[in-house]
Amino acid sequence: MTELIHLSADALAQQLAAKQVSAVEATQAYLDRIDAVDGAVNAYLHVNTEEALLVAAEVDQARADGDTLHPLAGVPIAVKDLIVTKGQPTTAGSRILEGWQSPYDATVVQKLRAARMPILGKTNLDEFAMGSSTEHSAYGPTRNPWDLDRIPGGSGGGSAAAVAAFEAPLALGTDTGGAIRQPGAVPGTVGVKPTYGGVSRYGAIAMASSLDQIGPVSRTVLDSALLHEVIGGHDPRDSTSLTDPVGALVEAARLGQVEGMRIGVIKELQGEGYQAGVLTRFHESLELLRSAGAEIVEVSCPNFRYALEAYYLIMPSEASSNLAKYDGVRFGLRVVPEGAATIERVMGATRAAGFGDEVKRRIILGTYALSAGYYDAYYGSAQKVRTLIQRDFAAAFEQADVLISPTAPTTAFKLGEKLDDPLAMYLNDVATIPANMAGVPGLSLPGGLADEDGLPVGIQLLAPAREDARLYRVGAVLESLLEDSWGGPLLAQAPAVPQITGRNR
Amino acid sequence: MAEITRDDVAHLARLAHIDMTDDELARMAGELAVIVESIKTVSEVAGDDVPATSHPIPLSNVFREDVVGETLSNEEALLNAPDNADGRFKVPAILDGE
Amino acid sequence: MSALTDEVLTFDEAMEKYDPVLGFEVHVELNTRTKMFSAAPNAFGDIPNTNVSPVDLGLPGVLPVVNGTAVESAIKIGLALNCSIAEKCYFARKNYFYPDTPKNFQTSQFEDPIAHDGYLDIELADGTVFRVEIERAHMEEDAGKLTHMGGAAGRIQGAEFSLVDYNRAGVPLIEIVTKPIEGAGARAPELAKAYVAAIREIVKNLGVSDARMERGNVRCDANVSLRPHGRETFGTRTETKNVNSLRAVEHAVRYEIQRHAAVLDSGTPILQETRHWHEDTRTTTSGRPKSDADDYRYFPEPDLVPVVTNDAWIEKLRAELPEPPAERRKRLQADWGYSDAEFRDVVNAGVMSSIEDTVTAGVSAAVARTWWMGEISRRAKLADVDPAEPGASPALIVELNALIESGKINDKLSRDVLDGVLAGEGTPAEVVEQRGLAVVSDDGPLLEAIDGALAAQPDVADKIRGGKVQAVGAIVGGVMKATRGQADAGRVRELILQRLGVEG
Ligand SMILES: [Mg+2]
Ligand SMILES: [Zn+2]
Repeated sequence: MTELIHLSADALAQQLAAKQVSAVEATQAYLDRIDAVDGAVNAYLHVNTEEALLVAAEVDQARADGDTLHPLAGVPIAVKDLIVTKGQPTTAGSRILEGWQSPYDATVVQKLRAARMPILGKTNLDEFAMGSSTEHSAYGPTRNPWDLDRIPGGSGGGSAAAVAAFEAPLALGTDTGGAIRQPGAVPGTVGVKPTYGGVSRYGAIAMASSLDQIGPVSRTVLDSALLHEVIGGHDPRDSTSLTDPVGALVEAARLGQVEGMRIGVIKELQGEGYQAGVLTRFHESLELLRSAGAEIVEVSCPNFRYALEAYYLIMPSEASSNLAKYDGVRFGLRVVPEGAATIERVMGATRAAGFGDEVKRRIILGTYALSAGYYDAYYGSAQKVRTLIQRDFAAAFEQADVLISPTAPTTAFKLGEKLDDPLAMYLNDVATIPANMAGVPGLSLPGGLADEDGLPVGIQLLAPAREDARLYRVGAVLESLLEDSWGGPLLAQAPAVPQITGRNR
Repeated sequence: MAEITRDDVAHLARLAHIDMTDDELARMAGELAVIVESIKTVSEVAGDDVPATSHPIPLSNVFREDVVGETLSNEEALLNAPDNADGRFKVPAILDGE
Repeated sequence: MSALTDEVLTFDEAMEKYDPVLGFEVHVELNTRTKMFSAAPNAFGDIPNTNVSPVDLGLPGVLPVVNGTAVESAIKIGLALNCSIAEKCYFARKNYFYPDTPKNFQTSQFEDPIAHDGYLDIELADGTVFRVEIERAHMEEDAGKLTHMGGAAGRIQGAEFSLVDYNRAGVPLIEIVTKPIEGAGARAPELAKAYVAAIREIVKNLGVSDARMERGNVRCDANVSLRPHGRETFGTRTETKNVNSLRAVEHAVRYEIQRHAAVLDSGTPILQETRHWHEDTRTTTSGRPKSDADDYRYFPEPDLVPVVTNDAWIEKLRAELPEPPAERRKRLQADWGYSDAEFRDVVNAGVMSSIEDTVTAGVSAAVARTWWMGEISRRAKLADVDPAEPGASPALIVELNALIESGKINDKLSRDVLDGVLAGEGTPAEVVEQRGLAVVSDDGPLLEAIDGALAAQPDVADKIRGGKVQAVGAIVGGVMKATRGQADAGRVRELILQRLGVEG
C-alpha cells in the first residue's frame, strides 16, 4: 500500500488504465493514509469517504465495461475548502460557515466529477484564505509533514500538506498572493497559479476577486499539468474567464525544454531578507538550467518593491466587500445578541463571533482604504502600481522567456512565530504577489533543502499571461535535473510522519 | 494620514458591521497604524499619467444571452437559512422598537 | 417617526418668496426575461424565493454575468433621452448593509455611467415645452422585497420582524438622474408629474419596461429645494423616496415646497434627509438624515469586465428606436385631422394606439374614433378596465365596420354584435348568424310591418299623404320596433313613401 500512495498521479493513472490497480484500491489506500497520519497533520477538514469510494467503484465498473474514460479517472484528489462542493460541507476555514452545505458545485468541481476523480475531502486553510501559514484556520492549524512544529505555508497549507504527506496525489488550491505556490514550496510540493482567467473562479469563495485563481497542487510538474488541463478552460459563468483553449500543458511537461531559452533572474527578488540556504539552492538551480543550455539573464523589475504595499491595499479592499455577504441573514452563523435584537445588531454580533482576528483586520483595513477621502490615495494608487508592475513584467519578458526567483524568502517558520506580527507574515508573499497583481502564471517546485534547517526551498517560475505551457516546459526540465542530483524525489527525504490516528475532526 | 485612532477604527467597524470590544478597538488601531504606515508610499509612487488597472487581464463586453437558466427551489433557497417563515428569510426587526 | 404634523405655507405663499429647484432619480425596471447578473427569471408575482439562483442569494463562490439585452436596453434609454453613450464604462460596487441586498453591496455604476448628458423636452398641459437636462442613466440591480410583520400596517416602524423574498433581487434597473431643474416656478409640481409620465411613456414605447408604476416598474425619488427669489445658490434639498404614482409625484413636490417654505420662514435650516411619502395623508415624514454611514466605498466591480461601445453598435440600436412619443402624437393628430380637444380625449382615454392600428387596418380615422371613444370606452368604463381589456381589438372593429358598410347590419345592430363577440359567442359574422341580427333585406316582411305600422297610426299616414314627408320618421320607428331593429331604415323609408304614393 505504501508504494501505491507514493506513485505520482501520472503513474497511478497508467496503472489504473492497465488495470494493475483498481480505483477503489487507490482511493482506499489514500483514505487509510489519511486515517493514519491526519491526526498529526490536520490537512483535512472533512473526509468524503463514502462518496469517494462510490465514485472509485463506478470508475472500476466503467473500465470493466470497456467505457472510454478520462486519463485521470479514478485518481483521487483533495479540494481546498474554499471551493464549494455539493454534498459536502464548505467552511472556508471559518466559523461563520460552519456546517454550511453548498447547493451547487464550483465549475472546477464539476470538471473533477466529469473526469470521475474521487474527491477525498476538503482541506484546511487560513480563514477565507487570509494568511500564509494556515494558522488562521478556525479549525486548528495544519502542520508541516517535514516538521510538525512548523507551518505548512498558507493559505492552502492543507492542500500542500495533504500532497506532501501522501494523503492525496493531487489537490486543488487557490492563489491570491501566492497561496498555491508558497505552501507548495514550504512542504516541498509543486503548485501552479494559472494565468488569471485560465481556470474558472465560479464556486471559489472570493477573497480578492481580481487576484484569486484556482490551480493545481501535486508532487510532480507533470501531475500539475495533468490536473491543470482538467480544470482549465472557458466558463461562461465567470466573466473574467479567458476564451483561450487550455493549451497543450501535459505535452509541454512531458517534452520539457530549456535549451536556447532565456531565463530571467529578477534582481529585486533576492538578496536582503532572503535566507542564505534559500539563495544557495536558488543559485544551484540557475546553474543546472545553464548547464542544460538555458541562457540566464538578469532582469530588473523596479516596481516590484511596491507590489506588497499595493497588494495589501487591493486585497483587503476587495475582501472587505466580498465578505460583506456573511451577515447571518441567508446562510451560515447567526448570533443574536442580548436585548432588543435588530438586524443591525445581529449582523454586528454574527460577524464579530464568526470571523477571526486576521479576517477582521483585513476587513477593517479594506474598509479604510475604500472609505471616502482615502480612495484615491490608497485603492486608486494601488491600482496604478498594478499598472507599473505590469509594465515591469512586459519589459522583463522582452528580455527573457521565463522569469525565475525563490518562491518564498525563507523556509517554513515555526507555528506561532509570526502570529503576533502581521507585517512579518505578509513579507512571506513578497516574491509571489507580483504575478497575482499582473495576472501572469507562476509555478513553484521544490529546489532542495536549506543547509541551515534541512527544510524545503521553493523555486518559482513566471511566464507571460496565457503562456502557462512555458512553466511546464522549463519546470519539468529543472525538476528532472534536480531529482537526478538528489537521486530521487525530494519528498523521499522527508522524515516519516508520526502515525496519529483519530484525526482532530 | 497614517494616524489611526480608536474612534477611526470604531467608525470603520460600524461601516463593516463588526462589533468590537474596547480592547479590540485599541489593539486594531495599533496594528492598523503600523500596516498603514508601511503601505503609505503607494500613494507617492505613481503619478497622474499612470492609468489604474482594475482587472489584470483586459477583457470587455462579456455578456450573457437573456435566456432563463436553472433556479433553486424554495426549499433549496431556504435550506441554509438561519431562520425562515412563509417561504421567506426571517430577520429581526430592522429598526429599533422604541 | 414624528407624530407632529409639519407646518406648511400655502403653495401661493411659498411661490411669492421662493423658487423651487427640483431633481429626480427615476428607477426603471427592465422587462428582460432574466435578471441583470443571473439567468433567474425576471418575473413579478411568483412564489417567494423561487426566481432565485445561487447568484441572486449571494451564496459563497458565485459570480455575476451581465445580461447583454439589459445593456442594449440601457443604451436605448440613453439614446431616447438624447444622451451620449460612454465609449467604455465599468460596473461598480456600492457597499452598504441591508437585508434586502444579498451581497450587502449593490452592483451599480459610479464614475462612468453608460449614458450621460442628455435632455428631455416635457410638454405641459397648455403646450408649454420645458427642457429637463439629464445628468446620467446607469445600470444597476434591484433589491429583494421586505415585508414587515408584527407592527402596524406593514410599516417598518414597530415591526417585530421582517421577511425577505429575493425574487426581485437582481432585476435589471436603469437609474435616470436629472441635473437640477430650475425655473419651473409654480409649475414645478405639474412639471414633476409630466416628467415622470414622459419617462414612463418613453420606456414603455421603447418596449424595454412594462412601465407599470403600481408594480414598481417605474419608481421616483424627488429632490426638492427652495431658494429665495434672486438667489443663485441652491438651498438644502430633501429627497422624497419611492413616490410611486404620477399623482403622488405632483403632490409630494407640492407638499415639500410648502413645507420647506414654512421651515425657511421660521428661520430654521432645512435638514438634508430622505423623506417618506404617505399617500393617505398626502404628507411626507422625516426618514434618515444624511450621515457618515452613507460612505458607500464605491470601487470598480472586479468580477465584471467593462462595457465598450462603438459607433456601429450604437447606430444599430438607434435604428431600432421607435418614433418618440411626442413626435408620434403630432404626426397622428395631423394624419387623422382630429381637433386638439378630440385628440387630447383620445390620448387621455389611452386608445391612441388602438385607433392607429384600426386606421392602419383600413377603417377611417373618424369611424375608428367613434368606436374607440364610444361603445368600447363606455363598456371599459363600466367594467373599470383599460379599453383594450374587454377584448375589443382593431381587427374586431374592422370586421364590424365591414358588416355595416356592406349593409348586412346597421349601427344599432352592430352594438348587439359587439355584445355577442365580447360575450364569447364567436366572430361578428357568427354572432350575426346565431343571434339572427342581419338587417332584413327582403321587402316582403318589411311591407307587412309597414302595413301594420300605418294601420296603427292612421293619422300619421294621412299627414304623410298630405305632403308632410318629415312625419315618416314615426312610421319608420314603428317598423324598426316591430323588426327589433333589424330593418334597414333607409329602405323602410323608401317603401313607406312608395306605399303611400308620395314622392320622397
Ligand atoms: Mg437615489
Ligand atoms: Zn439606484
